[in-house]
Amino acid sequence: MSQVTVPPAPIEVELRPAPAVEMRRAARLGLSGGAAMVLMAATGIVATFQARMAIDPILPLGLLFLYVVALAFGWMAGQPPLTLEGFAPAKVDGRNISAGALAGGLAGLCVGVLVILMTVFDLRGVFVELSPDLIEVLSFGLPVAVAVPIIAAISSVAGALGAGMHRLPVRIRRTLLPALIWVVVFSLMTDLFGQLFTGLSIDWMTTLLYPRRGGPLTITGAVIVFIAFLALYWYLAGRRTKLRQQVAAMPRQKRLRWSAAATVGLLVILYFVPKVMGPFVSQILVTAGIFLLMALGLNIVVGYAGLLDLGYVAFFAVGAYTAAILTSPQSPAFSPQIALIAAIPFVTLAAAVAGIVVATPVLRMRGDYLAIVTLGFGEIARILLNSEWLAPYFGGAQGITNIPDLQIGPFSFNTPQDYFYPIFLFVVIAAYVTLALQNSRWGRAWMAMREDESVAEAMGVNIVTAKLSAFVVGAILASFGGALYGAQIGSVFPHSFDIVVSITILVIIIVGGMGSVPGVALGALVLIVLPNLLREFSEYQFLFYGVLLIAMMLKRPEGFIPSKRRAQELHQEEVSQDAWLEIYGEAGATNEPVPEGQT
Amino acid sequence: MTHATTVTAGPAGPTRRVSRITPVGVFLWGLRIAVVAVILYGSYLSISSGRLTGSQWRDLVVFGVSTGSVYALIALGYTMVYGVLRFINFAHGEVFMVGAMVAFYVANGLATTSLWVGNPVVSLLIVLASAMLASTSVAVIVERVAYRPLRGAPRLIPLITSIGASFTLQYLVRGLVGPSTKAFPRVEPLRGTFDIFGLVILRSQVVVILAALVMMAGLYLFVERTRTGKSMRAVSEDPETAALMGIDVNGTIVKVFAVGGAMAGVAGALWGLVFPSLNFFSGFLPGIKAFTSAVLGGIGNIVGAMLGGVSLGVFESVGPSLVLAGYEIPAFSQLKDVVAYSALVMVLIFRPTGILGERLARERG
Repeated sequence: MSQVTVPPAPIEVELRPAPAVEMRRAARLGLSGGAAMVLMAATGIVATFQARMAIDPILPLGLLFLYVVALAFGWMAGQPPLTLEGFAPAKVDGRNISAGALAGGLAGLCVGVLVILMTVFDLRGVFVELSPDLIEVLSFGLPVAVAVPIIAAISSVAGALGAGMHRLPVRIRRTLLPALIWVVVFSLMTDLFGQLFTGLSIDWMTTLLYPRRGGPLTITGAVIVFIAFLALYWYLAGRRTKLRQQVAAMPRQKRLRWSAAATVGLLVILYFVPKVMGPFVSQILVTAGIFLLMALGLNIVVGYAGLLDLGYVAFFAVGAYTAAILTSPQSPAFSPQIALIAAIPFVTLAAAVAGIVVATPVLRMRGDYLAIVTLGFGEIARILLNSEWLAPYFGGAQGITNIPDLQIGPFSFNTPQDYFYPIFLFVVIAAYVTLALQNSRWGRAWMAMREDESVAEAMGVNIVTAKLSAFVVGAILASFGGALYGAQIGSVFPHSFDIVVSITILVIIIVGGMGSVPGVALGALVLIVLPNLLREFSEYQFLFYGVLLIAMMLKRPEGFIPSKRRAQELHQEEVSQDAWLEIYGEAGATNEPVPEGQT
Repeated sequence: MTHATTVTAGPAGPTRRVSRITPVGVFLWGLRIAVVAVILYGSYLSISSGRLTGSQWRDLVVFGVSTGSVYALIALGYTMVYGVLRFINFAHGEVFMVGAMVAFYVANGLATTSLWVGNPVVSLLIVLASAMLASTSVAVIVERVAYRPLRGAPRLIPLITSIGASFTLQYLVRGLVGPSTKAFPRVEPLRGTFDIFGLVILRSQVVVILAALVMMAGLYLFVERTRTGKSMRAVSEDPETAALMGIDVNGTIVKVFAVGGAMAGVAGALWGLVFPSLNFFSGFLPGIKAFTSAVLGGIGNIVGAMLGGVSLGVFESVGPSLVLAGYEIPAFSQLKDVVAYSALVMVLIFRPTGILGERLARERG
């Protein structure tokens, strides 16, 4: 081994065969998937969603969710190993599919065991969701002895299908998957699309997809959606990269003109959004907008400056309470009753002061301790707002009610549809500030600090101002969110400023992509709109957030729409090189010729 | 950037930096003095008012010591994991909560049998063992699923993952057993008081303090005397060198999580004896407080965790009546958690190395 000298430039290397998928790994994945499916059943997710049909008479949503897990674990089990330097690219063959089937089958067996346990023992004393209804749902109303093999078989087929996806040519996979996802989206968002079609007065679409008004997607509907999106993605498949290249090749002037036109077009569409969507969806969008505003602020603190602030909700509370005290006639101690617009400078000031007060003690702290201290500050703020002691100023648990609506000149904002515009305006300002700061002196200082505080300081970045400014800018954006929130709801209560709000905002920026504005926007839309549109979902919202947080950190820490720089930072080490070294070591141990030796 | 701006910071050497009075330094000293003044004046006011008698103060202290020993047991998990992996296992509070939940269900099941009344020691041991088993399994599973794939990742990544794990465990338990608050069944022999050297102490508190002491001593011996303990210390000192010396680093880390989880399980079972109500969110606050204890005692330091836990417990139990009542704050018991969080913030800001000093081989941060 030690004699082998690395040749300067290997010209032709005989490639070693790629390692095949491991059945043991597949079995392990199958058991993990089984655990996930059992937990889904036992937390009531399956039974809750069973009431809603994904595709009208044949596929209820609960079972769809359950077997999608089997599909996902089958996909993982059948995934060919990374192609490593010196190895042939992995082939996908029957072995991959059987690995998927094995994983799916094992997962299904776990569910089968749960069904058997439920029929033999009464577990409801501890696990409240294991009701007889659940047995009925899981076993399709069949006797247990018949049901268990059927469950395992369905799950196994789902796993094999998942693994089989690796066999499909890339273009077909890229077409098929989004089309299937859109079918699920259409079946989940019946209210949203129904409202959209009504708003656009294309009611025939509703008749086509959801013949029962407000009812589920039918088979015909599902097929139509599937084919339409299949065609769309097939058409787009080759053209997207070409279009991107064309845009990149455009002269700067022309590109700017195009993007200006696109922005104007987008603004026009957004102008009509609340009119088309009606009050219910607008209310959800307004909530999402407020969260987006806060997420953009936290994005500066966490995404740019790398300061994990877990008490961010405190700044939201500062904004909401400052605005409430200044505008509401019900404010207990001090009630100047000025207009919200006039209160905004004071809100900004209060938030800046709060930002400095929180940031100054934590200036010398790094990473994890900072996170815990800010969490402490956030909780202290909430408990104080809730306390009897400060009730003469903040109203205690009763909060401050009767906050007047926003009024700008002759325009009064009353309904959620009205509020869409000011909130959208603030979001645009926040996004603009964020983007402008990104390449400014401040932004560069923040990012340098995020990457290495000591080096940044040595390079002349003033850590004190950088930290303070990040906290202050973040606090101001959150306080705007708070002020608008209070005015829109009409009241503020301390329990609205719980730690879960901070965590929700954190999940938004992590899922979207830390440091990336479009990513944060996507995160807010998906994570706030989805649970609000799907009533059944709100029960499991935080469980979903928790799982999502772990999954993102493990698989894609840079988020779905990553900022380039952040992604580079997170993937500094070459993954394939590490894996290569590992295999190299094993190959050496078995005394097989190592590829580098044979030129 | 022009040349003129780059040279400004030039001649400021390290000595000048330290001696220079910065606005931040002034602010922090002002804060320190203000906090001490508020505490002292509040204590003076409330002691001179004579609102509480000597025995009431003593009860508060004893109660503080017993809750503090539970915090100390949980703090061990934080301290040991921080020692080897340098990250705050945010989900540890939930590991404790799972232990308490299991203890509740086992105790509830046993409470209807004759064993509960006939042989309370055995039944309590069963409760303890099942809570330990549950917490250990959860701690090990969380390590395997959420933390192990992240070895060597940037420092904030495992912290965020542990927040995710904490949320997942909370809402998983909520989904599995429902959101209702559970009441721990009564243990008849533990009602009433013991008279120890003229001190009248609730029996349950004596049991909690004793059990915590025994576990703590056992853990100390385990870490200091056994081979496994030695490998844990070695990994905490320097994982790479430990690996070169033939220590299975990953295996040792799993053991650290398992031991921390077991201690959290004991804490969960004991918690039921002191505070008989429990829901899926019950792990959050004790978790935060235990982390404070770990930092207060000096993170990575096992004896420190005990000391930190007891100090925090006493401070939290005496603090509201001593300081807040002095200022005649209405309903000051509402602010009990503010006292705990303030202690957390103050400790982290002013004494992040703790009372006994950190036992960390590598620099934090």
